[in-house]
Amino acid sequence: MPKHLHRQMDKLKREVLSLGAVVEDGVRKAVQALEGRDAALAEDVIKRDVDVDQAEVNLEEECLKILALYQPVAIDLRFIVAVLKLNSDLERIGDLAVNIAERALYISEHGAAQFPLDFGKMAREAQQMLKMSLDALVNMDARLAREVCAADDAVDAINRQMYIQVQESIRKTPEHMEGLIHLLSASRHLERIADHATNIAEDVVYMVEGEIIRHRAEDYRDGTAGGEGAGDPGQG
Amino acid sequence: MIKLSAEDITQQSGPLELPPQDSCHVYSRDFSVFYGDNEAVKKVTLGVPRAQVTAIIGPSGCGKSTYLRAVNRMNDLIPRCRAEGELIFDGENVYGPRVDVVALRRRIGMVFQKPNPFPKSVFDNVAYGPRIHGVSGRNELAGIVERSLTRAALWDEVRDRLSANALGLSGGQQQRLCIARALAVDPEMLLMDEPTSALDPKATSRIEDLIGELREQYTIVIVTHNMQQAARVSDFTAFLYEGALIEFGPTQQIFTKPRQKRTEDYITGRFG
Repeated sequence: MPKHLHRQMDKLKREVLSLGAVVEDGVRKAVQALEGRDAALAEDVIKRDVDVDQAEVNLEEECLKILALYQPVAIDLRFIVAVLKLNSDLERIGDLAVNIAERALYISEHGAAQFPLDFGKMAREAQQMLKMSLDALVNMDARLAREVCAADDAVDAINRQMYIQVQESIRKTPEHMEGLIHLLSASRHLERIADHATNIAEDVVYMVEGEIIRHRAEDYRDGTAGGEGAGDPGQG
Repeated sequence: MIKLSAEDITQQSGPLELPPQDSCHVYSRDFSVFYGDNEAVKKVTLGVPRAQVTAIIGPSGCGKSTYLRAVNRMNDLIPRCRAEGELIFDGENVYGPRVDVVALRRRIGMVFQKPNPFPKSVFDNVAYGPRIHGVSGRNELAGIVERSLTRAALWDEVRDRLSANALGLSGGQQQRLCIARALAVDPEMLLMDEPTSALDPKATSRIEDLIGELREQYTIVIVTHNMQQAARVSDFTAFLYEGALIEFGPTQQIFTKPRQKRTEDYITGRFG
């Protein structure tokens, strides 16, 4: 029985990593399409969302099947629960990549507003958080996951900054208002992507250490939060 | 603080928290059981909380049944079996010189793997213990039988055939009859050694429900190979491996976040 279970879990792990890679690629392309006013690339991201949606449903079904058939416990249970949760986050990130691609489409069609500040920096930060959260998942690395949680504040701050800058730009160049609003939306989408990456990282900490760290931002913000759990389940 | 055998102490990440001794019905300290030279239970320090269900899990040969049988000295019946260390029941060492073993077994009932009713009527099975302990009044016995069968969730099924032979009952009913028989002498504690391993899922489920009901009044220790059963019915779980106690804790914690890697490996089926 455990052999079957562990085979199913290995398969699940491969599938969740593959979904993670597709989603990460979608975000990268969406940002690239926005920065390069590349309508074709944006269309590509929008088209591929259906694959992400299908993968999410498949993953959920796999998790439910494993729960029903094998009643996993301890690390196996925590893994399934974490996958169930981060699966939704990945799907939402896929949707947000589509939203960014739609903003890119508008901007490419209606002429470009100047980016009010280093939009690329925010995009890179959010993408880095997503990448780190997926790396933490692959390597069952709770320390890296906690770093992702701590990084979320920086992206939130850039997003707030972006709001002020866009407001100013609209005042100065009201003729670009629509384009600027689309940019602000894209910024908001990136900020949400960072939030979902944080959720994934929190799920990874739960999976590795068995500790639920949600709603406890102050614990890991200073980077000193401990939690090197004794039950390091490295054998996955 | 828990004491394990030397090799385990080195692997212990921190002290395991046992319930305070005064909240325990049974408390063993450095308790060992030997079969000849073979130490089947190795210096186990473990507290069994009062009026709770404690499950003992572990692979075959880990000493879990030996530990269970030591609590009411059923091991005395095995030649060359001896115990060392302390096993305190209700403040008294079970292996002390003045212990009346018959009285001890009245206070600590036992249910075995296979239902083992006597080839007598349902009534006589349940009345057997009270009779041995001197109850002879027909009305008093009838009251005890009804009460015990009711507590064992069997009364409604057998009330009309109390004089029928107990061997005619189904396996699940026979096991509940054995539980009723154990309850008839008004014990404080029940030891269950894989009580459902010979039963089908429906009968198993009835016994598990019954354990849930009995936990209000009795301290229960159950040895089981069925991990899901341990998770379902118990409040605390002890994991034994090669005679040593590896981990003890609230069942919910053991099955979601065990502290010891060997516990995790065992309950997730990676060994054992």
